Amino acid sequence: MSYELVGISVLWLFLYGYLIVASIDFGAGFFAYFAKVTKKDHIINKLISRYLSPVWEVTNVFFVFFFVGLIGFFPDMAYYFGQSLLIPGSIAIVLLAIRGSFYAFENYGSKENHLYMFLYGATGLLIPAALSTALTISEGGYIKETENGVQLMYGELFSSPYSWSVVFLAIVSVLYISSMFLAYYAKRAGDEPALDLVRKYALFWSSPTIIASLTTFIALSQQNPEHFQRAIDLWWVFGISVAFFMAAVFLIYQGKYYGWAFIAVMLQFFVAFFGYGASHLPYLLYPYVTLSGGVTSESMAVALIVVFIAGLFLLIPSLVMLMRMFLFDADYVKGKK
Amino acid sequence: MFDLDSATLSRMLTALTLGYHAIFATLGVGIPVMISIAEFIGIKKKDPHYTLLARRWTRGFTITVAVGVVTGTAIGLQLSLLWPSFMQLAGKVIALPLFMETFAFFFEAIFLGIYLYTWDRFKNPMYHWLLSIPVVIGSTLSAFFITSVNGFLNTPQGFELEGDTVTSIQPLAAMFNPATPTKVFHVVSTSYLTAAAVLATIAAIYLLKKKNTLYHMKALKVTVVSVFIFAIATAIAGDLSAKFLAKEQPEKLAAGEWHFETEEGADLVVFGTLNENQEVENAIRIPNGLSFLAYGDFNAEVTGLDQIPDDEEPPLWIHYMFDLMVTIGFFTLGVSLMYLVFWKVKKWNEYHPLLLWGIASLGPLSMAAVEFGWVFAELGRQPWILRGFMTVSEGATTSPYVGWMLILFIGLYIVLSIGCVIALRKIFKGNPAEHELEHRYPEVAATKEGN
Ligand code: HDD
Ligand code: HEM
Ligand code: HEM
Repeated sequence: MSYELVGISVLWLFLYGYLIVASIDFGAGFFAYFAKVTKKDHIINKLISRYLSPVWEVTNVFFVFFFVGLIGFFPDMAYYFGQSLLIPGSIAIVLLAIRGSFYAFENYGSKENHLYMFLYGATGLLIPAALSTALTISEGGYIKETENGVQLMYGELFSSPYSWSVVFLAIVSVLYISSMFLAYYAKRAGDEPALDLVRKYALFWSSPTIIASLTTFIALSQQNPEHFQRAIDLWWVFGISVAFFMAAVFLIYQGKYYGWAFIAVMLQFFVAFFGYGASHLPYLLYPYVTLSGGVTSESMAVALIVVFIAGLFLLIPSLVMLMRMFLFDADYVKGKK
Repeated sequence: MFDLDSATLSRMLTALTLGYHAIFATLGVGIPVMISIAEFIGIKKKDPHYTLLARRWTRGFTITVAVGVVTGTAIGLQLSLLWPSFMQLAGKVIALPLFMETFAFFFEAIFLGIYLYTWDRFKNPMYHWLLSIPVVIGSTLSAFFITSVNGFLNTPQGFELEGDTVTSIQPLAAMFNPATPTKVFHVVSTSYLTAAAVLATIAAIYLLKKKNTLYHMKALKVTVVSVFIFAIATAIAGDLSAKFLAKEQPEKLAAGEWHFETEEGADLVVFGTLNENQEVENAIRIPNGLSFLAYGDFNAEVTGLDQIPDDEEPPLWIHYMFDLMVTIGFFTLGVSLMYLVFWKVKKWNEYHPLLLWGIASLGPLSMAAVEFGWVFAELGRQPWILRGFMTVSEGATTSPYVGWMLILFIGLYIVLSIGCVIALRKIFKGNPAEHELEHRYPEVAATKEGN
């Protein structure tokens, strides 16, 4: 494999990691607020905070890792994205900042504050919407390069079916992934009333997820026919993803094997995400940056890959330790520790 | 509404975010060290007061760390959003430490999560203490990596520029540039110093409020002793930084010291004002002091501003930033030394209100010194963003919306500050140390409490 392919694969893997862990977090915020409004908060909110408290900072680092790595491997992306994303990027930063810090602020106080719960829920949906803009504009057609540098065309962005379908897909996927995870976590905690509730959420959000995926595909064929054609060539990959989706929903519907169901969800997204990524190539940002044209120098790429491998030796054992303490430690999950 | 150009507005927004992040980053590097020290003493002396100290500091730390993380994420993204051309160029050369920093973040975040939620999970408390070590290492490493990036901006090396293309890139040479050693030493030591000083301030204020409990006295002791040690390290590191400047970045030192003519045996100008002919008035002059500061030799020759092209001269008012920083450094050293003397001499009272007021001022002053130091260091690099290669205005975004973003972020930092203060008050007001001591360690509270 060439350096640039190693680089983009690693980054894509971490973006996928962020997609999963952040979706759990963002969706949980929405469900916590929703439960409060429908007076069911006593059922699930403890469960949610037990899982989230120790891990939110780690979730954030996944994101930081992705964008720092992207700039490192592909410095041209810093130029094009930096120039064009000032406003959506800044909005995303503000939302992330409000969400992260207020989560910590409230952690030792009460969870009763209505405004706080509202912010926590609303940011959970707005952040994915804002962040997904970066993927949207990478399809091309939304930015132009002029004498004065690169500019984002807001008119195009807000009137395009593709960008709205991506936003819609991002939001429903967040809710789907999150509810699927919470069902698993509730099951481990042996918390039947909570399980009952989040299982219903999971079933509810499954069909919008698949519908949104389809509409996004259709919109893509308008926005970037070349990319659409490459995706069609990889049709079997997306077929596998749909198969995992059906398996996950089936298991949840049966009320059995929640762990396997969540693994099926992770595989569903893994396969689809890599299918999307593979068909996106050779362009990183259509038509300005390509994989091989935008990559950094060889010496830097080698250095980054070496650091990455060394870093994994540090990271994987630590992550395993974290998960054993808070995800797989039955007593902790049940609230006995 | 915004008459300023994008480059100026980008500077203001960067300064705002970095200046704000610096507060929490400094605490983020230093407080884990203090927590680790207190927990260790608590275990070794079997003294629950120290353990409680570590526990309560940790709880406050969760709040400041959160602001550190979110503002750090902000600056990380803003670097590309506001300085796209600069990041495109510099990213090719200096990506390595930035990337390594994310691993340091991972390491710190993971172990902090574990540390916070496992206080009572282990039979042997030493295991819990051991978890603080990776947190200390992780946060100090992130200071190391980011400071080496900043060093690169001041003394870039490890690449060649041919027209617009960068070639012969050597990532390690860029990372270990001439500025890295002294800068890292100074930034790390001042972070430790500032964290200790802020915690000392808190202890001193409680004692001034006549809450003379053993708990607060012990808190004062451990923090002020740490302040003293870290203040010595800071002064040494600061002196080394000045020597580094004399050698590698003479224009910054010359502007900071108002040193106009290259000469041997140069005087050190302390405070003072400039008249319209650029002559120094009202200053204290330390004969041959600058030569000594710069080279450790009273007669050495020090480069003056006459050797620097006029359009590459940093702004002269950074002189005050330097002087304030150094003054605070020596004041901190003096006050903490006085506490030690009063404590060792049995007849003298180390809890004298005047001394306590002095200690109480150290936290805010150190934090101010950190800010002054950064302004000095960053403005002393003007007009360069990458010294010798790219000016600040060449690196900036051309987007017309930077002004609005500046307003947006001012709003954000106001909200964060208010939230942070409210959260800290809620944690500590509702649950004073005395109550918690009684609650957690009833046996100690019953026997040892009181003056
Ligand atoms: C508690 C904070 C604090 C204190 C008491 C001091 N400093 Fe400092 N100083 C910093 C906080 C700081 C800093 C925030 O950490 C800076 C900004 C940039 C940097 O590298 O460190 C800095 C920069 C800085 C620089 C510029 C380095 C460069 O641009 O590469 C010099 C020459 C000094 N310092 C010298 C001193 C001296 C001689 C001190 C006397 C005791 C001193 N500092 C006390
Ligand atoms: C990647 C590293 C860095 C970059 C690219 C960078 C870049 C800049 C730029 C472009 C400015 C505005 C120009 C100016 O006004 O002088 C600035 C100002 C400033 N930076 Fe840095 N800097 C870096 C590292 C740091 C760090 C690590 C800190 C400390 C936390 C810091 C603290 C400041 C401060 C306080 C200012 C405000 C100075 C002022 O304009 O009043 N910088 N920086
Ligand atoms: C250009 C300057 C800087 C950039 C781009 C930057 C970037 C970041 C980012 C992205 C984070 C969030 C990491 C996470 O998600 O956990 C962060 C946090 C942090 N930063 Fe900064 N940083 C800068 C300056 C500094 C400086 C000068 C220091 C130390 C002296 C520092 C120390 C830390 C620490 C210790 C954290 C962890 C959070 C905490 O403990 O408060 N950073 N920074």
